[in-house]
Amino acid sequence: MVPLSYYLLLSAFLFSCGVAGFLIKRNIITIFMSIELMLNGVNLSFVAFAAHWHALAGQIFVFFVMVVAAAEAAVGLAIIIAVYRTRETLNVDQVNLLKL
Amino acid sequence: MSFHLILFLAFAAVCVGGAVNLLVQRHPINSALSLIAVMGALSGEYLLLGAEFVAAVQVIVYAGAIMVLFVFVIMLLNAGVEEQTKGSRIAILLGVPGVLIVSVLVAWVVLQPSGTADVAIGALPGPPNEIAQLLFHNFLLPFEVTSILILIAIMGAVVLASKPEARPGKAE
Repeated sequence: MVPLSYYLLLSAFLFSCGVAGFLIKRNIITIFMSIELMLNGVNLSFVAFAAHWHALAGQIFVFFVMVVAAAEAAVGLAIIIAVYRTRETLNVDQVNLLKL
Repeated sequence: MSFHLILFLAFAAVCVGGAVNLLVQRHPINSALSLIAVMGALSGEYLLLGAEFVAAVQVIVYAGAIMVLFVFVIMLLNAGVEEQTKGSRIAILLGVPGVLIVSVLVAWVVLQPSGTADVAIGALPGPPNEIAQLLFHNFLLPFEVTSILILIAIMGAVVLASKPEARPGKAE
């Protein structure tokens, strides 16, 4: 038997690592991966709560989160390619203008 | 110490190690590989919770499709080691204490004695037919809406990633 709080702690740690990566990293791709890490942490707490309350709907929400993550990854990586094509850099500190 | 707890701790150790490694590594490809390790270990945690369908989808969609997209873009753009700037030092100064504060606060709240029941191994048997029953009956409208979202995402990705001169209606 594993306490529910252990799952929630692991989920919170993954989410915090995602926040840290989002703040610390300067590479735009790594920042994007940190967002995926945050989504994974949230998914874990969804499944843990679903198991705790015996409500299968929690797992359905994980699928919706995955769909949104996949859509976000497709569009976000396309934006990264467009940014790299115009700026020739992946460092977010050098991407500071909206216009070219 | 039960075998269930040992398995949980083993997967959790891989998760934590991978997440920390993602932060420490300087090269994006190393971060991507450690993120894949985190996702694989998370699918193990889902199996421990009895959500076998979610575990399978986690491996196929997350560790498979999405991370392949990431690795593909990293290799396409030939992303190198990220350089240190003044902004990144400020970010580390702000980010690390912020994360420590958030982690400690969450841990303190979660470890309060109230309502921390134990979860048995395979506590929630989530067979695919019950999930399908929910997904295609109770959650049919959100499911259909996500298909529109996916369609918009596909079109957006194609438009954004295509070469500017190939874009219709845009004068160079």
